[in-house]
Amino acid sequence: MRNRAVATLAMAGVVSVALAACGSTSDNTATGGSTPGGGASTSLQTKAGGAGGDVGVFTWWAAGSEKKGLDALEALFKEKYPNDKFVNLAVAGGAGSNAKAKLASDLQNNQPPDSFQGHAGAELADYIDASQIEPVNDVIQALGGESVFPKNLLDRLTVDGNIYSVPSNIHRANVVWANVAVLKKAGVNQPPKDIKSWIADMDKIKASGVSTPLSVSGTWTQVQLFENVLIADLGADKYNGLFKGDTKWDSPEVKAAAADYKKLLSYTNTASDGDDWPVATDMVIDGKAAYNVMGDWAVAEFADKGKKQDQDWTWFPTPGTDGVFDFLADSFTLPKGAKNPGGTKDWLMLIGSAEGQKAFNLAKGSIPARTDVPKTDFPPYQQAAMDAFKSNTIVSSIAHGAAVSLAWNADISSAISKFYSSKDDATLVSDLAAAAKKNLG
Amino acid sequence: MRKAKDWLPGFLLVLPSIILIGVFVYWLIFRNVSTSLDRTVTRASKRVTNPGGLENYTKLLGSDDYQHALFNLLVLTVVFVAGTMVFGLLWAVLLEKGVNAEGIFRSVYLLPMAISFIAAGIVWRWLLSPGKGDQAVGLNQLLAMVGLERFQSGWWQSPSAFSMAAMALPAIWQLSGYVMALFLAGFRGISEDQREAARIDGASEWQVYRHVLFPQLSPIALSALIIVGHMSMKMFDLIYAIAGQNSYKASVPATMMWTQMFQQNNPTAAAANATILLVLVAIVVVPYLMYTNKTEKETRG
Repeated sequence: MRNRAVATLAMAGVVSVALAACGSTSDNTATGGSTPGGGASTSLQTKAGGAGGDVGVFTWWAAGSEKKGLDALEALFKEKYPNDKFVNLAVAGGAGSNAKAKLASDLQNNQPPDSFQGHAGAELADYIDASQIEPVNDVIQALGGESVFPKNLLDRLTVDGNIYSVPSNIHRANVVWANVAVLKKAGVNQPPKDIKSWIADMDKIKASGVSTPLSVSGTWTQVQLFENVLIADLGADKYNGLFKGDTKWDSPEVKAAAADYKKLLSYTNTASDGDDWPVATDMVIDGKAAYNVMGDWAVAEFADKGKKQDQDWTWFPTPGTDGVFDFLADSFTLPKGAKNPGGTKDWLMLIGSAEGQKAFNLAKGSIPARTDVPKTDFPPYQQAAMDAFKSNTIVSSIAHGAAVSLAWNADISSAISKFYSSKDDATLVSDLAAAAKKNLG
Repeated sequence: MRKAKDWLPGFLLVLPSIILIGVFVYWLIFRNVSTSLDRTVTRASKRVTNPGGLENYTKLLGSDDYQHALFNLLVLTVVFVAGTMVFGLLWAVLLEKGVNAEGIFRSVYLLPMAISFIAAGIVWRWLLSPGKGDQAVGLNQLLAMVGLERFQSGWWQSPSAFSMAAMALPAIWQLSGYVMALFLAGFRGISEDQREAARIDGASEWQVYRHVLFPQLSPIALSALIIVGHMSMKMFDLIYAIAGQNSYKASVPATMMWTQMFQQNNPTAAAANATILLVLVAIVVVPYLMYTNKTEKETRG
């Protein structure tokens, strides 16, 4: 029965396309734009109230602020597209690793969800290469294209003239979160300028009675900390070169970064490889640690525990990375063979709309990928991040799939995990160089 | 040639399962092996990711990471098998000696087996937290509370090469009860007459066990050894739940297979790994099957 209903709606959709093409007016709103970037696409046709049917959306937003953001989107989706039925296909697990495994088998079995979350950047390349997702140029154009999204962001999403996903939010990965009371007690009043002075501050904090000035958690949080040290020691240009083969992974700068990273780890708690990030952030909240390097989703964790910015916690860009924005973005796709592509496009239009981005990012603690969302409604941290996103040099995060493919990320992660137990920085550098050789060729 | 009437109905009866097992076990094993011999080249840059043929195997077996994983597997298996056998036998002997409310004890020991490896793994991830001193949680905290701080350990993340032995703790906790049930059934299968006869002949309690009961349990001990041993070789879920992905200290061939398949997007290497694992398990299981077949034939006469 449902199949017949879908078929009827699909027919209605076809008719509406024909009507719009004839230039006649109909009940259906046709939002269109010019053909983007040379890619073959037609202007987007959407139906007021939605195309109908189930829209299965696959994410790894199953807990915490991420779930709140998704819930906000779901509520808005229900209101804007009453014909569609939102189906939440979220799979839990830090940084989406469990979800990606489930998704890989679903795609392999030709059972794609109607839309899935993916980190924008190198990580989507695998899907594009395997022809598992379709271009969404029409949606991007209908949303306003370059007039509402930053050009450098769209450039990163564009592969051979086509855009394959609609970005929903931007996160910053080079942020240190600090406990104000712990810093005050240790007499640390200024954010450090580089890694060296940061380490000096940590010595002061240690002397004041906090045995673990810096907190870390499971393997991917260690990768993120290491990537921060890389940016600090290499600078944005050389860091970007790591992923193009211009900067060698066994160069003296990387060796120095590995040594700094080793030094930093000597100030940390003993983490279990399997732990998720809130374990480390909670240590800062509870005053067991002074600093935690984490993406800015940590703001929601502070808010959740009733902590106030500047009063209880403060933030600064990781020492040595001031003026750099280590970005990662979530985005949504149109999988090839999705059962309800009309519904998918409704969902993508909602994700990309200013209203959707505001609702979602306010709840999730990230910043909109659109630049036309008024800053004033956001809390102070996000306002600062929105400013930084506009003015800073933007680099891509390793740990979150913006800079490297999933395969390369896995190799870097095992090298970092191996280092965590061996603390042998020479082996770390040679493992990283081997991983780069394997994945770059 | 026997008449079709004699064998055909029976054959037709088992035919569906022959076909299903043929397709879903043996055909898939064949597919796995043939995948593992593929030569693969990346689309854009034409880099060779798998050289093809037996070289896929030599490359995998020659890599330090894989040897590290195999060594971890060896440590895990030895400790896990020894631990479950010792505790299983101990509990079985204690229960067999006759205790009040035996049913309750039996359930208590068997209960961990009813919990999935994943659920148990999440709890044990916390219990086996590596933090010491004022960071101690889980088992380390328990040790501190009873004044045994010097026994605090990084568990499976300790720097020792044999750290994987700690990963056997949760596995032993889960499966000792199962081995106990096997042994208990074995003890119950031995008639009381034999013990009485031995006691009348002047055997001490230890001698009764050593010379009368244990020898009759050896087939059960062998089954338990094989079942627990091959579970250990295939173990993935518990390790994954405790150590997460990409953990170097806790890597075994089964977790590496997951990484190869779902993260490195390299089904060929994963298939080679799977074939090696299959051979390893077969080395243990096939002689056992041959042995049981032989003894069964002998007892049938």
